[in-house]
Amino acid sequence: MADVITFHDDVASEEPAVSVDCFAGQTNATAVRIEPGEDARVLLPDLGRLSLVEVNFPAFGDGRGYSAARILREAGYKGELRAVGDVLADHIPLMRRCGFDSFAPRAPVDPAVLEATLARYPEVYQKVAESERPIWSLRHG
Amino acid sequence: MYVYDKYDQAMVDARVADFRDQTRRRLSGELTEEQFRPLRLMNGLYLQLHAYMLRVAIPYGTLSGRQMKMLAHIARKYDKDYGHFTTRQNIQYNWIKLEDAPDILADLASVEMHAIQTSGNCIRNISSDQYAGVAADEVADPRPWAELLRQWSSFHPEFSYLPRKFKICVIASAEDRAAMRLHDIGIELVERDGVIGAKVFAGGGMGRTPIVGPEIKDFVAEDEIISYVEACLRVYNRYGRRDNKYKARIKILVSELGVEEYKRQVEEEWAHMKTLGIDPPTAELDRIRAHFVDPAYETGLSDAIDRSDPDFALWVDSQVVAHKQPGYAIVNISLKPLAGIPGDASSAQIDLIADIAEKYSFDELRVTHAQNIVLASVKKADLYTIWQQLHDAGLGEANLDLVTDIIACPGLDYCSLANARSIPVAQKIAQRFADPVKQRDIGELKLKISGCINACGHHHAGHIGILGVDRKGTENYQLLLGGSGAEDASLGKIVGPGFDEDGIVDAVEKATDVYLAQRQTGERFLDTYRRIGMNPFKEAIYG
Repeated sequence: MADVITFHDDVASEEPAVSVDCFAGQTNATAVRIEPGEDARVLLPDLGRLSLVEVNFPAFGDGRGYSAARILREAGYKGELRAVGDVLADHIPLMRRCGFDSFAPRAPVDPAVLEATLARYPEVYQKVAESERPIWSLRHG
Repeated sequence: MYVYDKYDQAMVDARVADFRDQTRRRLSGELTEEQFRPLRLMNGLYLQLHAYMLRVAIPYGTLSGRQMKMLAHIARKYDKDYGHFTTRQNIQYNWIKLEDAPDILADLASVEMHAIQTSGNCIRNISSDQYAGVAADEVADPRPWAELLRQWSSFHPEFSYLPRKFKICVIASAEDRAAMRLHDIGIELVERDGVIGAKVFAGGGMGRTPIVGPEIKDFVAEDEIISYVEACLRVYNRYGRRDNKYKARIKILVSELGVEEYKRQVEEEWAHMKTLGIDPPTAELDRIRAHFVDPAYETGLSDAIDRSDPDFALWVDSQVVAHKQPGYAIVNISLKPLAGIPGDASSAQIDLIADIAEKYSFDELRVTHAQNIVLASVKKADLYTIWQQLHDAGLGEANLDLVTDIIACPGLDYCSLANARSIPVAQKIAQRFADPVKQRDIGELKLKISGCINACGHHHAGHIGILGVDRKGTENYQLLLGGSGAEDASLGKIVGPGFDEDGIVDAVEKATDVYLAQRQTGERFLDTYRRIGMNPFKEAIYG
């Protein structure tokens, strides 16, 4: 398995992720992989048994996975949410905000660059995740 | 106008640091050009035919004298002493060095400006009405909502890799001066039972498949606009086509799904999103609105204008528009001098316009989608002095909305996407119609030229549109008639086979001859075309 960068306290899941199509028929599967174009909402009835959702980014320019991640978190998914594939350091801050908490980039990410990138923006303009306090909220106490 | 607080400034400063680091990694070879490309594009830096082009955002086209002077400084220090104002109310510099780009962004940040999201498949600069705040026919100044949307769309993590670019326009008048319905999302602020809200249009656009955006929502309350637009974007991000960049804009999704189905999906998503607490409170809109209150207009001013200088009187009749406040006027500064490049201004001209704004127009300027500049609030008593200064600087052209007030994209002279040159065609047409008496006799005639199908020159929306194409290796120009980007929005139709550069100029003149011969009292070119149809024009041009 490629190196996984994690932002949660647990050990990165090594559960093999099944496809969305397979998942419906495998009631014991706890890990699933979403491809671009697949509807994350089909997983919502079964979130309780999932411990890992991988979202594949075959090419970084295809941003459907950002919506998939947010939809899962909005629905209350608390397990590991991993971005896989063409993930660069510059994308990780955006992905973190959409709810990803682990990353399996195809090409290695320079930890120093990632650290600087994650630390760069002091605040956020939008409320994207439940825990975020956007600038408009800071302004109005 | 809006003034940054510490949060806005910190975000823009962070972007400078971000881009400085990305540029460093590119120059050192850590990033390949392929990896760097989307990063620089998100910051408005394109690689063109001869050099990098940097596009600087002018949010909703409004800027101060100090900001304008910084644009002049950048032209002088980093470019060839001029800048090009665009149909998106931004400015572009065509001769930028990559290693200078971080310093330019730092200079911009020092005057509360940036190049954030001026390209890339993300939400672009929000456009608006150049007469916002001073037009008598608006229900509210639309710019506070545009600023709210600017902040919401800046670095939005879900919408940074959309299927394609995304353009939003906000207006607040029945008269559409900003081509609102040719945007991916158009918002018209309306008043209902004393409350302001948004009428929303989606899926408009130009390019290969021009569409006038259909209405998708008759009223969204002002404090729910963000969640509604976010729902529109999410449906688009998930289901917009990604297999073909020419079919990736939201207009294709809306057409393929059908307006009703797109609306249904947005409503469903919105019902969910409204529960997430993502709409800023009304207090935030109020905070922004406080930046857009009327300036301290003097009262009791005279509305009289001394018209004894005939050249000045002609300029007034062409460039000066009614202001909501007695004694004041709106001035349109033409960036379409004869034989000039539409939208170009030298650093000296930009500085002069900034000086005039500071002294005579409450330190505020507007850039229009027609590539001109507006002084929004000048005293009528100051008009003559202003005209003299503009005239001496080559900015005194009196051609607003006339045939020589041409919109043109940079075309093959600069742009790597273009099939044909736009600028020389614009210049030849301007020469042909140079006679001021003839221009004025023809009256309002919006002529728009694009050097390729992407339609940056808005050719679909021209009363007369010209599209440059590549025909077996030679530049060829198609003529379109009958488009409009205004409240009577319509798309131009191609007249017939294309022309070479001189042929297209002749064809335009023949079209205007038909109009002059056939017009009825009070009819503009567009009105005559709509009444008599294409055939008389076709016969005159090809007969």
